[in-house]
Amino acid sequence: MTTSQVHFDFHPYKLSGTVYGTLLNHREALEALGNGVELAPYKGPPKAPVLYMKPRNTLSTHGHNINLPAGALAFQIGASLGLVIGRTACHVPLQTAIDYVAGYVVVADLSVPHENFYRPSLRFKAIDGSCVIGSGVVSTATVKNPDALAVRVFVDGEHVHSTATSGMVRTALQLVTDVTEFMTLAAGDVLLLGVAQNAPLVRVGQRIAVEIENVGRLEAQVGEEQS
Amino acid sequence: MKRARVAYSGAIHEATPHKEGLLLTDGRVVAEEAVVWLPPFEVGTIVALGLNYADHAKELSFFAQEEPLAFLKGPGSIVGHNAATRRPSGVKFMHYECELAVVIGKRAHRVKRADAMTHVAGYTVANDYAIRDYLENWYRPNLRVKNRDGGTVLGPWFVDASDVGDTVHLPLRTLVNGKVTQQGNTKDFVFDIPYLIEYLSAFMTLEAGDVILTGTPEGVIDVQVGDEVVCEIDGIGRLVNTIASDETFGR
Repeated sequence: MTTSQVHFDFHPYKLSGTVYGTLLNHREALEALGNGVELAPYKGPPKAPVLYMKPRNTLSTHGHNINLPAGALAFQIGASLGLVIGRTACHVPLQTAIDYVAGYVVVADLSVPHENFYRPSLRFKAIDGSCVIGSGVVSTATVKNPDALAVRVFVDGEHVHSTATSGMVRTALQLVTDVTEFMTLAAGDVLLLGVAQNAPLVRVGQRIAVEIENVGRLEAQVGEEQS
Repeated sequence: MKRARVAYSGAIHEATPHKEGLLLTDGRVVAEEAVVWLPPFEVGTIVALGLNYADHAKELSFFAQEEPLAFLKGPGSIVGHNAATRRPSGVKFMHYECELAVVIGKRAHRVKRADAMTHVAGYTVANDYAIRDYLENWYRPNLRVKNRDGGTVLGPWFVDASDVGDTVHLPLRTLVNGKVTQQGNTKDFVFDIPYLIEYLSAFMTLEAGDVILTGTPEGVIDVQVGDEVVCEIDGIGRLVNTIASDETFGR
């Protein structure tokens, strides 16, 4: 657990180590599935937020090396805005949801690419070190609108992907409301807003960087798992 | 040896069984009803298994699995022995799942089956609730079904692995309002404990306090507000939970 390296000078001062991710929140990512969402095994588009967890073994911070599991060709770089929860958030109405967010952080959620979203194996998402958290959390006073931020991904210094935090099925605050309807979030928990369609790939030996406008930048390298 | 974590008289205590109730480490003997039972260890990552009993997999019409159906649960879902779990009004199918919880005792990174049991600190009982009404077919089982507040009940006791031994064949059952509704035996695991530790530790390092909920046998039924749900595992414990209404939770 290395999130203890992520400090910031406002409440709650540190992260809890609990990270939840959101899938298919980018409208384009959902639309790319086309009519497939209506077919088996899905049988309809998602209703509630599609969530997953990044457990504590996955947490790493800016500057670290993450090993690609043996047998995988590449990581997919899930660049996302992370909402840092500021106080216990249970059944939070949209009108006051902002009061429960302390700030924002850049997150790169690395996963092994997979085509099927029905019941993906933990092997794709729970890999050691695969949730890279930026070193700085910026407050909600600094970033007024979390739903209109440019997101840029670089591989070996080359700008390979541009997206934004706009165009989401659920805005940042709507997500807080819909998630806390059934699960309480604690101070320092991180809730990822979601990853864009066509997330770029990174291979062994390459460096990545993720930048989110007004929030920050993180870097990491991909290494090879020793057998 | 078995021990509990309880809140009593303004502090959190370790407690052990006593003929008159519980013995706190500071020497006080208190009644079991006088304490608030907390989860019996500091809970780290929670890995849960779906369909890990052959009979339950058949019941839900699943076929031979290539690998364990493992998913994760968050810390906000955990409650201890004698707690209440909310049943939202209007749902049609909320069910318990009695499960053996395997608690990791030391770091496990790419551990082989033969060494796996040396990484187990001990066991407790889990009741891993689900509300089927909310099931969606995206990243199953979705968190709205399986990661609800109060939906992961753990306790009452942490039982040392040495008390159980390396062959974990334990009868388990659930009683709803005193009537047995679910029965099984951990000898019927599809993937046994050493397999699960080898499988998981191949890609995710397990730490002390991480816990594996090993799945549930057939016999899950709908529970109603006011029901007392007791999950029992022989030699491990008897875990009590009550189903509460929206009203209790101000909804």
